[in-house]
Amino acid sequence: MPAFTPPPLPSDDKRWKIVNGTMRKNGFARHALIETLHTVQSSFGYLDDDAIRFVARSLRVPLSQAYGVVTFYHYFSLKPPGKHTVTVCAGTACYIKGADALIAAAEKRLGVAQGQTTKDGNISLMTARCVGACSRAPVVLCDGEVAGEASVEQVLEQLERWTVE
Amino acid sequence: MTVEELEQIAESVRLENAKYDHEIHVCMDLACASQGADKLRDELVKAAGAAGKNVLVRRTGCMGPCSSGPLVRVDPEETLYAHVKAKHAEAIVASLGNLPVPELQCDLSNHFDKQVRVVLENAGHIDPEKIDEYIACEGYKALMTALIEMTPAGVIHRITESRLRGRGGGGYPTGLKWSTVAKASGDQKYIVCNGDEGDPGAFMDRSVMEGDPHRVIEGMAIAAYGVGANKGFIYVRAEYPVAVARLTMAIREARRRGLLGSNIGGTTFNFDVEIRLGAGAFVCGEETALLASIEGRRGTPKPRPPYPAVSGLWGKPTLINNVETYANIAPIIRNGGKWFADMGSERSKGTKVFALTGKITNTGLVEVPMGIKLREIIEEIGGGVPDGHTFKAVQTGGPSGGCIPAEMLDVGVSYDALMAMGSIMGSGGMIVMDDTSCMVNVARFFIEFCMTESCGKCIPCRAGTAQMHTLLSKICNGTASMDDLELLEDLCSTVKEASLCGLGQTAPNPVLSTLKYFRNEYIEHIVHKRCPAGVCTMKPQEVLA
Repeated sequence: MPAFTPPPLPSDDKRWKIVNGTMRKNGFARHALIETLHTVQSSFGYLDDDAIRFVARSLRVPLSQAYGVVTFYHYFSLKPPGKHTVTVCAGTACYIKGADALIAAAEKRLGVAQGQTTKDGNISLMTARCVGACSRAPVVLCDGEVAGEASVEQVLEQLERWTVE
Repeated sequence: MTVEELEQIAESVRLENAKYDHEIHVCMDLACASQGADKLRDELVKAAGAAGKNVLVRRTGCMGPCSSGPLVRVDPEETLYAHVKAKHAEAIVASLGNLPVPELQCDLSNHFDKQVRVVLENAGHIDPEKIDEYIACEGYKALMTALIEMTPAGVIHRITESRLRGRGGGGYPTGLKWSTVAKASGDQKYIVCNGDEGDPGAFMDRSVMEGDPHRVIEGMAIAAYGVGANKGFIYVRAEYPVAVARLTMAIREARRRGLLGSNIGGTTFNFDVEIRLGAGAFVCGEETALLASIEGRRGTPKPRPPYPAVSGLWGKPTLINNVETYANIAPIIRNGGKWFADMGSERSKGTKVFALTGKITNTGLVEVPMGIKLREIIEEIGGGVPDGHTFKAVQTGGPSGGCIPAEMLDVGVSYDALMAMGSIMGSGGMIVMDDTSCMVNVARFFIEFCMTESCGKCIPCRAGTAQMHTLLSKICNGTASMDDLELLEDLCSTVKEASLCGLGQTAPNPVLSTLKYFRNEYIEHIVHKRCPAGVCTMKPQEVLA
């Protein structure tokens, strides 16, 4: 059997080298698919078609299977995130303490539903299944920064700050 | 690494610590960190330097009572300070050797008195990023004892003797699982640690992985020796970046110290661990789905048998245990199986860590002996329901569990007792609800969760949870009839009996348990179009016509 030659990197973008590094570390084994997709998402912010094609070809995984994995796991996103992201935790403790009011307020203020980004690409509104900060419920993550015991006013203030920036 | 070298490291840490007059511990777990514990620590270091005091400021894992955070403990006085801000640093440093700062000092003896710390013995005491501090607390001693003084069969015997049961929620006897893997034929076996804490409202495993990562690695290594494996995987949720970072560092440190790798402890035993990231799928907590995910595939479960103990990762015998189960192993090896079996109730031994959250005064992480009454956990350790509200129910076991009403609070916590009440132990989330929570709405919340998280492989779960969600939504908005309720109950039993994996089989539990204990709330919604807790918004009647 001829030795496998991985496909060339899609562009000169240095981030592809990081992605390739993850695959090389795992010997281009098929089971590195999820690990590699994590690297793509952390480097590029999301997974676009080119990236999925490149990873699938490099790991010799059928494209359908790679796409299947991407769409199966909530963590992977096919759309680029906004400049800022507000994530409302929708775990049980947060729900009991009123997370749905926070989500509703943010949806109303931004004019988008959860999981979407404002038209100007400025703010994404996401929900999380539980970030494990349940003791400070309800929890909101503003660009990854955890804010506990969040109120509707606080969330709206943060959104306001991002909007006027 | 030899036993002597281990002892030398421990001794040098002790000597180093003895140089200081005081140790200030700063809890840096998520809850405290989100309130500025980082800055607080920097300020404490600065203040100590400025005052010329001989003080060690140490970052630690979760101390427990998160609602009082950020927490600081001063040793050797064991003074606990609550709600500490960076501006308090100077006052705390100035108080060293004198009387404590009165306005920050807190008395949480009610919270701590009934707790027994086995899994969390080091949390809040050691710096999780320093392997030597773990070694100074008898870390890796159990691994050395097992490798040098015990046979693999002896290790399994000790675990069996302890009567430890799986802490992931199922409660399967750990010793039995280990011996099945040990007996399975094949020269390649795997050890897997399930750190996919998907149960919303639970964060015990996160705290253990972040606060004491070496304990998990040591437990896995002992298990590997017991069952004859040389390779392990820790499957962690990607939503826990700090846990991933701490474990990565811990693995690197353990390799550097020769506690992972080849010829551990100068024996012929080889073992190494890799981290695998989850990607946000609740079903991956199910063992066959978890294995599929480690193999880089969609996390869909498979029918069992064959069990992973016989045919797991890449078809090889695989031992899967939860984080907390592994965290119990080292103390059992150190102190003996009998020591462990002496704690707890008749059929549930040892301790259990619970994440106490919701409408309760002291939220946070608690570790209690099995058999303790729910009332003791909620009213004494948890400090009861705040703001003059009354207790309504406690939810255990997450989306697979149920709601336990006030009249059942005197039952002791054990796998069997919780099961008998229609809930489960689960991984250890405990969410307290008061009179402002609507139980129908809560049931709908969980079914919505299961509906979204269903992998779609089997129809009863995929279609059943969706239909249950529709029916519960109808009840919540006042458009359901009594026939709908009957249909819902019917569906519950179908989904429960006919689903492939644990997710579907237990998905109806929140509905069944609320129907059992809070049926009147369902009836109120259906017959009187009224939500007793005032949570649900009823559709106006004229729209119905």
